[in-house]
Amino acid sequence: MADTARDPPPEQTDFQELEDGEDLFPEPAAAPESGPASLPAEDVSTNSNGPKQDSLFDDDPEDLFAEATEEVSLDSPERDVLLSDGPSPAITPITPPTSVITPRIGHAHDDMFTHSSFDEIEEEEGGDSFDIHIAVSDPEKVGDGMNAYMAYKVTTKTSLSVFKQGEFSVKRRFSDFLGLHSKLASKYLHVGYIVPPAPEKSIVGMTKVKVGKEDQSSNEFVEKRRSALERYLMRTVKHPVLLKDPDVLQFLESSELPRAVSTQALSSAGLLRMVNKAADAVNKMTIKMNESDAWFEEKQQQFENLDIQLRKLHASVESLVCHRKELSVNTALFAKSAAMLGNSEDHTALSRALSQLAEVEEKIDQLHQDQANADFYLFSELLGDYVRLITAVKGVFDHRMKTWQKWQDSQMLLQKKREAEAKLQFTNKPDKLQQAKDEIKELEGKVQQGERDFEQISKTIRKEVSRFEKERVKDFKSVIIKYLESLVQTQQQLIKYWEAFLPEAKAIS
Amino acid sequence: YRNLTHWLKTRSVSVDLNNDASLLIDIPDALCERDKVKFTVHTKTTLSAFQKPEFSVPRQHEDFIWLHDTLVETEDYAGLIIPPAPPKPDFESPREKMHKLGEGEATMTKEEYNKMKQELEAEYLAVFKKTVQVHEIFLQRLSSHAILSKDRNFQIFLEYDQDLSVRRKNAKEMFGGFFKNMVKTADEVIISGIKEVDDFFEQEKTFLLDYYSKIKDSTAKAEKMTRSHKNVADDYIHISATLNTLSADDSTFYLRLYKVEGRVASDQELKLTELLRYYMRDIQAAKDLLYRRARALADYEHSNKALDKARLKSKDVPQAEEHQQQCLQKFDKLSESGKRELTSFKGRRVVAFRKNLIEMAELEIKHAKNNVTLLQGCIDLLKSN
Repeated sequence: MADTARDPPPEQTDFQELEDGEDLFPEPAAAPESGPASLPAEDVSTNSNGPKQDSLFDDDPEDLFAEATEEVSLDSPERDVLLSDGPSPAITPITPPTSVITPRIGHAHDDMFTHSSFDEIEEEEGGDSFDIHIAVSDPEKVGDGMNAYMAYKVTTKTSLSVFKQGEFSVKRRFSDFLGLHSKLASKYLHVGYIVPPAPEKSIVGMTKVKVGKEDQSSNEFVEKRRSALERYLMRTVKHPVLLKDPDVLQFLESSELPRAVSTQALSSAGLLRMVNKAADAVNKMTIKMNESDAWFEEKQQQFENLDIQLRKLHASVESLVCHRKELSVNTALFAKSAAMLGNSEDHTALSRALSQLAEVEEKIDQLHQDQANADFYLFSELLGDYVRLITAVKGVFDHRMKTWQKWQDSQMLLQKKREAEAKLQFTNKPDKLQQAKDEIKELEGKVQQGERDFEQISKTIRKEVSRFEKERVKDFKSVIIKYLESLVQTQQQLIKYWEAFLPEAKAIS
Repeated sequence: YRNLTHWLKTRSVSVDLNNDASLLIDIPDALCERDKVKFTVHTKTTLSAFQKPEFSVPRQHEDFIWLHDTLVETEDYAGLIIPPAPPKPDFESPREKMHKLGEGEATMTKEEYNKMKQELEAEYLAVFKKTVQVHEIFLQRLSSHAILSKDRNFQIFLEYDQDLSVRRKNAKEMFGGFFKNMVKTADEVIISGIKEVDDFFEQEKTFLLDYYSKIKDSTAKAEKMTRSHKNVADDYIHISATLNTLSADDSTFYLRLYKVEGRVASDQELKLTELLRYYMRDIQAAKDLLYRRARALADYEHSNKALDKARLKSKDVPQAEEHQQQCLQKFDKLSESGKRELTSFKGRRVVAFRKNLIEMAELEIKHAKNNVTLLQGCIDLLKSN
């Protein structure tokens, strides 16, 4: 079996911020396999409540209209635009004269610890000293019929001083989570912070729950959602800046939370968002950014590739889940059939052995079920989270471009105004001249601010990306280990079952 | 296009049939060209009936069918369980998958494609091995049977170094396959319809009819289960290929896991499914015997009635008496032979089940233990970093 040789990836040393020798899920090499632009997005899981599609309706009963709220719009239109638009905007590597962005060469550590007050926070919260744990539990149906909703208990255990207590819980509903995300996104995305996306909505799943169907699929849906909400909160508080945000604190601590109305469909906020998104999409396509910093160009390409690979992997794992469930069903059917065969067998010892075989297969069927759950909850959901996270990352890169554009626009406007002022010099209009000079002063301020904003967002993104990559490696590693351990357990159970069966088979005479 | 040079002998579904040194048969080699499989039938014998002590001939699947059919059509063997004919080599499944793979080549990485191709080739090979095994067992059943091993056509099959297809065509014209067709239709009705005087056969009848339907169902369910297992194994290929693109490390783990999962699937297939499938056909052969005996009984009853009629009319009585005697003799012979055959069949079945169930359980344990070692190694490696 030919493994690709384990060369460390070429010159991506900039922010290849990994422990030595640990090659787990680094960015793909600079010259990647050209994956397909569109992925076979087959929704193979029969039980799936369609994370990819029907994210139309809120579970709030008041939402009568189908609309993409903030959370969903992060995924769909954005993603479509990104995918259909090719990997990155046209980038001409020209060094603009006023650029203060120097390409980073050297270790990520330099960047992490050299400047900005935020770095202190990160140091404080690094790795081991990060002590907060959030559990989402006890889903409870509140209300009846189509007005019903699920309330979840959110329990926080922490020793961090920013919280008033060490352990406390509150009750929250799904729209509260969406509301939280909405607020965080509006505050932090446009300055370059990777805000973890909230779990997706699902009309099918929620309707079943509302209607009161107490069957396995609606139980699975609730569990899937509960798990997703928990991961969402943990990711959010792991972010050193978001953790300190008053909205987050309020969400975790305060017993009463004002209803998140702006997540609803036809609120003015929602409409405005829709319009903005459309405008943004158009703008994005026309922005030609002079990328002076190779790091950004590289990173965008890397994320593009990572996106493709993760989606592909996600699809394969979903297929695995589905097939394993099928295997479980077929094993159960075989077990029943073997039992019948055992009954029909007239040789006593063989009959008993066949019945034993049937029992073993029945137990194995249960094993397959459990394994399918592990496949799903550990592996598949993680991949889904990261596919959405990467969309958020790409969004942040886009914001940087917009910030650049804004800066450039101010600069161009300033240039025009200066030309106009120069012309005015030759005319005899002192008022107009003064006005022009005032405007120029204002614009100069704007330009400076624009430059500062651009610098700031670029810096923030670098930090965020490096943090993201560290987290991702940690995340994947811990999940993979858990997943492997679940596989080990399954295999050990199999050994037990078959070893118990063997003497029965040998007893046939 | 496949030539098996290293033939890995998987154990036979029945007990070791190739024990009697006076007539040893095996299929050491086979060639696969498109649809057709050419088997090399190799015989080693001390019997004087054969011209040479050791010889090989090439045979096609159709030749085996011809041999089986002539045995079934032979009156003298009516009281025997004729070993079931080997099923036609069926490469449909891997061929279809190979076709699909070719169509989907553009959507996968080179490595993924190669891996899938490798696995398909392994599947192809597994089908190939299965068909050789099943053809071999057929011949070995014959060679180990006291009466059938002496059959003239069997000897021709083993020895005749020319193409058998001419003989095959003649045989078809001669027999027209009457008996075979008759057996296929309405045998269950006839078997259950006769008034059974013999306890042994009454029990056997009840048992075989019921057991047949149960084992048929189990075979189908086992096949489905094995297919699902293969699907899971295939998924791991895709997963490992993608992981490979993402990181040069972990894919190896998944590739290996696939290998083991895949192997479990095909081992299960060989042991369990083949066992069930084989005995399903064998039981059909036993049922055929019951049918022939039932027909003989029906003939005897008719001959009795004819004799009574002849006596009433006082016409052709000697002929009627003789006919009745013949029918009775035939029926008795079938009953005696049948009893022997069915008893030894039961013993054979029990032994085969035992052997295969033990082997299957041992393989499952072995694979699971391998998996644990492999997985634990990966976990330790990940944790240590």
